[in-house]
Amino acid sequence: MPTAVNSATYAAVPIGTVPTTLTINGETRTRAIEPWTTLLDLLREGEDLIGTKKGCDHGQCGACTVLVDGRRINSCLKLAVTLDGANITTIEGLGQPGDLHPLQSAFCDHDAFQCGYCTPGQICSAQGLINEGKARTRDEVRELMSGNLCRCGAYSNIVDAVLDVIGEKA
Amino acid sequence: MATAAKIGIGSAINRVDGVEKVTGTARYAAEHPVENLLYGYIVEAAIAKGRIVSIDEEAARAVPGVVEVITHLNRPHVAWTDHSYKDELKIPGSPFRPLYDDRIQFSQQPIALVVAETFEAARFAASLVEVAYEAEAHNTDFEVAVGDKYVPKKKRSGYMAPKNRGDAAQAFADAPLKVSGDYRLAPEHHNPMEMFASTVEWHCDGSITVWDKTQGSQGVHAYLASVFGFSRKKVRVLNPYVGGAFGSGLRPQHQVFLAVLAAKMLERSVRVTMTRQQMFSHAYRPQAVQSIALGAETTGKLTAIRNAATTSTSRYEDNMENVVTWGLMNYDCPNADAEYTVAQVDTPTSADMRAPGAATGMTLFEIAIDEMAYVAKVDPLEFRLVNYSPIDAMNGTPYTSKALREAFREGAEAFGWSERSAEPRSMRDGKELVGWGCATGMWDAQFSKTSASAKLTANGHLEVACATSDIGTGSYTVMTLVAAETLGLPPEQITAKLGDSDLPTAPVEGGSWGAASTGAAVQLACQAVGKKLLKTAGKIAGAPLGDAKMDDVLFEDGCIVLKDTPTVRVPFGDAMHAADLTEIEEEETAAPGFGDMWKGLHKSKNTHSAIFAEVKVDEELGVVRVTRIVDAVAAGRIINPKTARSQILGGVVMGMGMALHEETFPDHRLGRWMNHNFGEYHVPVHADIHDIQVIFVDEPDSEVTPLGVKGLGEIGIVGTAAAIANAIFHATGKRVRSLPITIDKILG
Ligand code: FES
Ligand code: FES
Repeated sequence: MPTAVNSATYAAVPIGTVPTTLTINGETRTRAIEPWTTLLDLLREGEDLIGTKKGCDHGQCGACTVLVDGRRINSCLKLAVTLDGANITTIEGLGQPGDLHPLQSAFCDHDAFQCGYCTPGQICSAQGLINEGKARTRDEVRELMSGNLCRCGAYSNIVDAVLDVIGEKA
Repeated sequence: MATAAKIGIGSAINRVDGVEKVTGTARYAAEHPVENLLYGYIVEAAIAKGRIVSIDEEAARAVPGVVEVITHLNRPHVAWTDHSYKDELKIPGSPFRPLYDDRIQFSQQPIALVVAETFEAARFAASLVEVAYEAEAHNTDFEVAVGDKYVPKKKRSGYMAPKNRGDAAQAFADAPLKVSGDYRLAPEHHNPMEMFASTVEWHCDGSITVWDKTQGSQGVHAYLASVFGFSRKKVRVLNPYVGGAFGSGLRPQHQVFLAVLAAKMLERSVRVTMTRQQMFSHAYRPQAVQSIALGAETTGKLTAIRNAATTSTSRYEDNMENVVTWGLMNYDCPNADAEYTVAQVDTPTSADMRAPGAATGMTLFEIAIDEMAYVAKVDPLEFRLVNYSPIDAMNGTPYTSKALREAFREGAEAFGWSERSAEPRSMRDGKELVGWGCATGMWDAQFSKTSASAKLTANGHLEVACATSDIGTGSYTVMTLVAAETLGLPPEQITAKLGDSDLPTAPVEGGSWGAASTGAAVQLACQAVGKKLLKTAGKIAGAPLGDAKMDDVLFEDGCIVLKDTPTVRVPFGDAMHAADLTEIEEEETAAPGFGDMWKGLHKSKNTHSAIFAEVKVDEELGVVRVTRIVDAVAAGRIINPKTARSQILGGVVMGMGMALHEETFPDHRLGRWMNHNFGEYHVPVHADIHDIQVIFVDEPDSEVTPLGVKGLGEIGIVGTAAAIANAIFHATGKRVRSLPITIDKILG
C-alpha cells in the first residue's frame, strides 16, 4: 500500500510585508520585509552583506552572530521585522580591508581560522563578549564563546587572538 | 647586498587570504551576487528504500513566487549511463543519479527541487509537496550488514591490498602474551561549517558559470559537462573560497546537479543551498568494526598481528579505504595477516573523511597496541620503540624518510612523559582521575600531477595560477611562498589565483597532496619565467650577466643576481624592457618522477606522528576533559609553519571529536540519521579545547616530492583519538574499544 508521508496541507500564505527601519553598520534603511524573513536572510540575500554566515539556520553554530544594539545574537533566530529601530553591526561594520578592527588584525596574526567560514561570527561574538565585559580570562572566553563552532578547529588560536586584543597575555 | 629577511619557503607569514576572511569580503559558493536569481529548495525522501508512487505538487505550486517543482517526472533530459556520472574518485559501482527515476536508495535522497523567486517561498512550498511511497524492507544496521560482508571484485583506485607475512594464525596461537578484540568506530559526518551550495549563473548563450562548494572545480566541470551534455567551453566552475570540506567535497554533490538542472530547464540563474539537516544526506565516514589480535613475547616484542576490518558502504557503490595496512606497515613483527571487507547498508555511499582509512584503522590499531603494552607490562612508548620498524614492514621497502623516533623523543620530552606513573588510576587531580596516553599516527605522502602558470609583468608583479582549491588548507599562501622563494619577490608583489576550472589543471584537493603538488608546479612555472628573464637579460647592452646560466644566478629583490659577483644585479624590468616584453607567462606541469623523486620510486612515502594526550576524568560523572595534547609530526619540509600548525591543530581537534563526541545515530526503523543537526551531532567546541602543542620534527627528504613536502591535511587526526582513548584507560582503568568514548561507556 502506498503511504503518504510529508503530509501537510496549509492554505497558501498571503504575501504581506512590514515596513521596517534598521540601522545597519551606521546606515539607516527602511525596507518592506516579509514577516518570516530572518535577519540573517535579510542581510545575506537582501542587503548583500554576506559577511554574516549561515551554518545551520537553527541557532546551533554561531556563524550568523551579529551585534544588535551592541549585544551579540544569532541572526538566524531573529525575524527582521521585530528589529524596527534597531542598530545592527555586522562584520562589515567592524572593519574593512585597509582599516581592520583590532580583533580582525589579531585573528590574522594568530591564524585564528582556516576556511574562514566561522570567522565573522567568531569576531562579532568576541566583540559582544568584550562589550559584556566578560572576556577577562582564557577560561571565560572559552566558555562564553562555545556557541561559535569552528569545524576547522582553530579554537586555541581564536582564544589567543581575543586575549591579545583585551590585553591579556595570550 | 644583504636584504631584509627574505620571505619564502619556511617563512611563518599570515595567510594571504586572511583579510578577506576576517572582513567578510571572501565570497563562498552561495554568496555570489547574480541578477534575477531563483532559489531552489530540496525535498528529500522520507523512506530509506522503495519507490515513489506519486508526488502531489499542487499546493506547492500554488504558493506565490513558486516557479517550478522539478521531479523525476518533469525534469529535462540528463545522461543515464553510470559512466556519465563517474567523477574523479571513480568509486566502483553505479553512482547516484539525482531525480533520475522513482527509485529511493536512501533516506533523505533528493526527490524534488522547488524553485521560487525567494528562498522563503521555496522553503515553504517544499514543505507542501506530498509524496506517496511504496516502501521496501531496508537495513541501516551495520552490525547486521556485517553478516554479509564481502571483498569487492573491482577495487577502488588507490586501494592497497594488505600483504601477509609469516604465519600469523600460528604465531598468535603460540604467543605467550595476547590481546584480541573487536574495535569499533561510529559513523561520522564531515559537517564543514559552510553548507553545500551552488550558485549557477545562466547566460543567454546557454553557457553557465557555477560557484560551487567543492574540493575540485575541474572535477565538477567535467561532471556537469558529462551529465548535462554541455560543451566544455560552456561551463565554468569556480570555488575561490570553500568553507571547509574535509573530504565531503571530493565528489560533486547533488546540490550542484540540482542547481544546474533547474538553470537549464528554466533558463534562469539558480542557487541551491542544503540545510544543515540536508548535509547529512550524502558523504559520511563509514562505520567500522576491526578485529585485532596481537601476540607478543614476554619482553613485549610483537610476534603476531592479525587485523581484519569491515567498513560500511551503500548498496550501489563499493567505497573502499585502506584500513588494515597501517599496523602491518608500521610495526616490526615477523607474522602478520589482514583482511578488508565492506558491508552494504541502505545509506548514501560512505565517503572519504579526513585521513580516510587511517583515521579509522590506525587509530583503532593503536588502541590495541596500547592494550598489548599493558599486558606486557612495558611502558606504551617503550613498547612502540621495541617494535619500531625503520622500514615499511608490510611491503619490505625503505621509506624515503621516517623520523618517527625523533617525533617520539621530542614529543615525549615536551609532554614530560618520563614523569608518568605506570599503573592505571594512579594519577589524580582533586576529584578528577588523570591519565596519560600516547599513539602513533601515519598517513601517505602523495603527489599528483598538477600544472601551474606564472605571469610576470614589467611592473614587477607576479601572478601564479592553478585550478587547485583552498579549503582552509592555506593553498593561496603556499603558492605565494613558493613563488616568492623561486623568483625572490616579496609576497606583496605576488597574487595567487586558484579555484577556477579555467586555470591550469589540478586534481581535487585532498589526500594531503595539495601543497607538495601545487607547490612543485608553481616552482616549475616560476623557474621557467626565471629562465626567460635570464635570456632576455642577454639582450641588455653590454650584457652585464655575460653568458651566465641558470645555475650561475639567483633571483633576489626583483633582480637577477650573479652568484659569484652579487654586485651585478639586473632588475627584472630592465631585462624585459631589453626584449620589449611587457609580460612573461609560462605554464608548467609537475608530474611524479622528476628531480630526486626517481630515487624514491620503490620506496614507501609516509608521514608519521607521535601523539601524547592528558585527560582528566570526573570519577563520578564520567566527564572527560582533554587537558593537554602534544603532537609531534614528521612530515618533511614545512612551507609555512604558521598555517601548517593550524592544519595540525584542526586535525587534532577533529580527533578529539572522534574520541569523545562524534557519532551519527541511525534510527533503524526509519532507516534515517536521527541526530542530523549541530545540536545533536556534537563536534568539539571552544570549551573542549585546552592546551595543544604542535611540534614539527626535522625531516629532510628530497626523494618524496620535489620540494620535500609531505602534506599535513590528514596526519593531525590519525591516532589522536587513540592517544585519548589510551589516556582514558590510564586514568580510569576502563578500556573502551568503541569510539566515541561517551560518558555511558565510561560509567557503564
Ligand atoms: S546560522 Fe545561526 S546559529 Fe547557525
Ligand atoms: S575557520 Fe573553518 S570553521 Fe572556523
